[in-house]
Amino acid sequence: MSYKLETAEHPGALRRVAIDAVSRVEGHGKVTILLDERNQVRQVRLHIVEFRGFERFIQGRPYWEVPVTVQRLCGICPVSHHLAASKALDQVVGVTRLTPTAEKIRRLMHYGQILQSHALHFFYLASPDLLFGFDSDLTRRNIVGLAAAHPQTAKRGVLLRKFGQEVIRITAGKRVHGTGSIPGGVNKAVTREERALLLADIYQIVGWSRDAVRLIKELHAQNAALYNSFGVCRSNTMSLVGANGDLEFYHGSLRARDAGGNILFDDVDYCDYSQHIQEEVKPWSYMKFPFLAAFGKRNGWYKVGPLARVQNCDRIPTPLAEVERREFSDYCGGLPTHAPLAYHWARMIEMLHAAETIKDLLHDDDILGDDLVRTGTRATEGVGVIEAPRGTLIHHYRVDEDDLVTMCNLIVSTTHNNQAMNEAIRQVAARYLQGREVTEGLLNHIEGAIRCFDPCLSCATHALGQMPLAVELVDAEGRLVHTLARNGDGSFACSGD
Amino acid sequence: MSANFTIDGKTVAIAEGQTIIQAALAAGVYIPHLCYHPEFKPHGSCKLCTVKVGGRQSASCTTLAQAGMVVESDTPALNDERRTLIEMLFVEGNHFCPSCERSGDCKLQATAYDLSMMSAHFDHFFPNRPVDASHPDVLLDFNRCILCSLCVRASRDVDGKNAFALCGRGIKTHLIVNAKSGRLADTDVGLQDKAVQVCPVGVFLRKDKGFNVPIGKRVFDLKPVSAYVDATAALAKEQQ
Ligand code: SF4
Ligand code: FES
Repeated sequence: MSYKLETAEHPGALRRVAIDAVSRVEGHGKVTILLDERNQVRQVRLHIVEFRGFERFIQGRPYWEVPVTVQRLCGICPVSHHLAASKALDQVVGVTRLTPTAEKIRRLMHYGQILQSHALHFFYLASPDLLFGFDSDLTRRNIVGLAAAHPQTAKRGVLLRKFGQEVIRITAGKRVHGTGSIPGGVNKAVTREERALLLADIYQIVGWSRDAVRLIKELHAQNAALYNSFGVCRSNTMSLVGANGDLEFYHGSLRARDAGGNILFDDVDYCDYSQHIQEEVKPWSYMKFPFLAAFGKRNGWYKVGPLARVQNCDRIPTPLAEVERREFSDYCGGLPTHAPLAYHWARMIEMLHAAETIKDLLHDDDILGDDLVRTGTRATEGVGVIEAPRGTLIHHYRVDEDDLVTMCNLIVSTTHNNQAMNEAIRQVAARYLQGREVTEGLLNHIEGAIRCFDPCLSCATHALGQMPLAVELVDAEGRLVHTLARNGDGSFACSGD
Repeated sequence: MSANFTIDGKTVAIAEGQTIIQAALAAGVYIPHLCYHPEFKPHGSCKLCTVKVGGRQSASCTTLAQAGMVVESDTPALNDERRTLIEMLFVEGNHFCPSCERSGDCKLQATAYDLSMMSAHFDHFFPNRPVDASHPDVLLDFNRCILCSLCVRASRDVDGKNAFALCGRGIKTHLIVNAKSGRLADTDVGLQDKAVQVCPVGVFLRKDKGFNVPIGKRVFDLKPVSAYVDATAALAKEQQ
């Protein structure tokens, strides 16, 4: 686990390249690259100005408002925050076990969320790079270009996402910012008509999800050298796992493995997360760097998200996805892979699992029930952990006797992956930028590495491949010598020299 | 023969002593309003119910209906003014609809929708108004108070407790709890009080309620405020 290229020795004498992304819900992302006069890469950093105001904003507010309010943290996966907060507040209202209807409705909502987010991430944000190439024609490298060249793939991507959003609408009340999950349960079940609506499409959705796994497998096979080596960063991994080591997104205990796949800890009650995870502050980034406490800052950092989960679990409890998991594992020789592009493969296996799980839940009559909420003895503290589409999400609250929140601590997926994303872009910069004039296509390799982990950082609001980028080359005296800019409309401009 | 007047060309019968809004609502003609409530003496403060009578504007909740009046209400000019009033209410307080449990059950929000308000147009004041969570059953979120005085009137005239008052003047006017400590816990207000049930916005919150009504089942999910004969009664039922 190298820290090479994190800090250059004489940064003042180097040229600076900054990939400056626009603001987005979770914060600004920015990559800076320091080059020397021979264009040798000397330092690469991903900085994130995280949206931290929230933790203060929620203090002094009534606890029951939190699951709804926290959804504003993320435009892509608000449901994950909705459910993680609800789980934490279940503990505050003293409910340790939900009614079967409540638990299954929440699961349905969550798996709908996984499906829509994974479809968005893969089809809208990642597949244009993968199908056309990182330095392909910029004007084509988006979902519109995808629709022209691969109309069937693009259409299925759109419809998969739409189906996930329908599941969310039906369980949460709205596609975004619903209110379905409340402390102690849910406020609505599913009606027979709503179930029939979803059942009409779910088999098609399972089929298309299988095809999506096939597509990513083909891409790996066609260009194995790139997929297996691009931005590789070996690290520990962490995720929730369910009973029997099952892949599980809604509830479970924490498991971590080292880079070789050996278990570091298992069966950890997530309420004790703070004993196992610590966060390091680095002066150059607003986002903290979490690490497994027992292994220290240098060796304890880890990856979360699809690649971590699919390799961390012992099995996937739905048959089609389990077959795919085994094939994936065989492809990797039975050892964990740390190639960021394998995230997409794992992501599609998870999408298939989500589709299969939704199908099973739709056939379960408990989702039609009317026993929605439980109550219990009030407590003052609660921790809720969930596997959000991009990885482990931790919500922790304290509530006073007047029902107001006094403390809120969140560790979001992006934060867990902070060090891993930094490592991945260093690998990519060192390999692709070294000694070359920086072009948009080269910079897109950097973005592509980030995009493996996190669609938020590749910009949800500019999902059509038009994420504004400003790249500035500054000489040793800090003078601006050259700029490259990609505008919001996708046009590309150079100036200087 | 009973006395009549017309409102936007429709003929409306007048019962003895009725104000314009009372007669109009009784005849099923909606006039936007926030501080008016059929069970209380009018307060005439929000001015949303302003109509034009004989070329002059007046609050329909405080103007007695008279035979032969020609009243204009649902006109683009009056609705523009009403929308502006609503926008000013939105910027004066802190109204974050997406995280408010009264969203869908709020007359301010419903009226804003009904008047096609698209944005607040003015700079937000972002006042600092801490909540009062001291009471075991009721939470007061002053951020949303529009100073309609309904709780003041209800507590004084129906509950006989006089637990609330509007205090200060002009832009500094604010709602206070009538206790030495200023805390709701130190009053004898209870869940059954009328005062707890009349707030047209989201100041009075039952602690046992939260978001337990799903989207789609809330009062103004069912129909817009202008389609209710008595939106106030529908809301009060929801709050019980
Ligand atoms: S608290 Fe509600 S009822 Fe009382 S004055 Fe304010 S807005 Fe009106
Ligand atoms: S309803 Fe008439 S002034 Fe408010």
